[in-house]
Amino acid sequence: MPFNAIDTVWLMTCTALVLLMTPGLALFYGGMVRSKSVLNMMMMSFSTIGVVTIIWVAYGYSLAFGPDSGLGIIGDFSDLGLDKALGSTIGAAGHEVPTLAFVFFQLTFAIVTTALLSGAVADRIRFTAWLALVAAWVTFIYIPLAHMAFSAEGGTGGLFIDRLGVLDFAGGTAVEINSGASALALAIVIGKRIGFKKDPMRPHNVPLVLLGAGLLWFGWFGFNAGSALAATGVAVVALINTQIAAAVAALSWIAVEWKRDGRPTTLGVASGAIAGAVAITPSCGYVTPLGALVIGAVAGAVCAWAIGLKYRFGYDDSLDVVGVHGVGGVVGMLGIGLLASTRANDAISNGLLMGGGVDLLLRQSLAIVITAAFAFCGTWLIATVIDKLIGLRLDPEAEITGADTVEHAESAYDFAGVVGAGLGSGSQHSSSYSQRNN
Amino acid sequence: MKLITAIVKPFKLDDVKAALESQGIHGMTVSEASGYGRQRGHTEVYRGAEYTVDLVPKVRIEVLVDDADTDTVLDAIVAVAQTGRIGDGKVWVMPVEQVIRVRTGERGSSAL
Repeated sequence: MPFNAIDTVWLMTCTALVLLMTPGLALFYGGMVRSKSVLNMMMMSFSTIGVVTIIWVAYGYSLAFGPDSGLGIIGDFSDLGLDKALGSTIGAAGHEVPTLAFVFFQLTFAIVTTALLSGAVADRIRFTAWLALVAAWVTFIYIPLAHMAFSAEGGTGGLFIDRLGVLDFAGGTAVEINSGASALALAIVIGKRIGFKKDPMRPHNVPLVLLGAGLLWFGWFGFNAGSALAATGVAVVALINTQIAAAVAALSWIAVEWKRDGRPTTLGVASGAIAGAVAITPSCGYVTPLGALVIGAVAGAVCAWAIGLKYRFGYDDSLDVVGVHGVGGVVGMLGIGLLASTRANDAISNGLLMGGGVDLLLRQSLAIVITAAFAFCGTWLIATVIDKLIGLRLDPEAEITGADTVEHAESAYDFAGVVGAGLGSGSQHSSSYSQRNN
Repeated sequence: MKLITAIVKPFKLDDVKAALESQGIHGMTVSEASGYGRQRGHTEVYRGAEYTVDLVPKVRIEVLVDDADTDTVLDAIVAVAQTGRIGDGKVWVMPVEQVIRVRTGERGSSAL
């Protein structure tokens, strides 16, 4: 079947960019935990790539993007194993791409969204429980929300995109608010880390965090501009808006720190860039560059404040999935209701502050509430069931020892040498070694 | 013979080395150390959460000297390591029963 080669090239490129976000997230999160669980933290991201890919091929894509089953909440089982996707095309007239390009692009979204949850359960989830959680969560929470937000079928598809007239360009609902609300439920069900609010839990490697943030920022161009699904003018608007919001939010986050804590921090500048990218995710294709500037500035400041809520309310959302993705997503979704502009995208109507009515803002708010309620309740249920069936959490001794050695029999760094890697580094036999591959 | 152990601020290491060399001391052991005294530690803030870091990085310098040289060496170290601000460190002296140069087997003062 004929397809548009330029759009296809763009979508393939963006797919690779978005997949890179998950290893980027592994670095971003890995640097923030203590050195005894950095590998476990990164393992959660990498294992998610495997589990979600298998599910996406087997039934995930079909359930998320197959023909709507009636209420705009879920697709169907008509394309198990991607049999129909193979050899077909998808997309707006003139912008068709091979369906498999769209399948893979959406797969990378499912992967990185699921991997985000690891930030809420850092240092203390059993690895088997994590794998079970990934499989259940992507099936029962991500797939329905992806259907609602992204599955357009000309008015009879997903609840948000086709039936409620919600604007969500790249996943403020299905990706950001979803992961934030789910992270809150997970943090509550699994409980606080031993020593939360008492022991120092300093990030063990802030340069890793910055490297991860850089990769996320880079990958986000594919995430947002790729969501145009074609190499169009709107894709370019989304691209530059992503840059603007991330850059401004990095500064507004450290401005808050400077005033509140006395110093601007590198962890803050990295966190701010991510918060800005989160907030512009739903809004990137709908606002002007100046609108993106405003959304980024607000997101950086609001999220810098929101990450303090966990101490006030006593939930251990260890790496601030709620404060950055949940709150940032809300900022972006409401930002559309206020700042959406027909000058950025002529397929939509203006937001409240751009001369439009309050109608769009109300629809955006409704989508926020539905997403947060569905994600929170569903994830709470899934986490509770997994906890009852196989146990969610490491035992205290294992948690204190560290998930790296307990769950993976590895350690990230060799600190054994007295002077650098000096003592005994020339000898294979300085520590006992035996072959175990027989 | 005495063992002089000096805990000083890391940026003073070069000054102390120079001072010791000018006193005719041509060997020493240097290691990175961390600890705290009256200076206590410092605070670090990560995403708004404040952590108190008790241990402050210092340098530990150890030199073996003849009894007769002890006071001049001590004076030399303190003179250059001093900034007058809290956290300058400490120096202490312990008696040493025996010193042996591994290469030659020399003992006592001639091994210094």
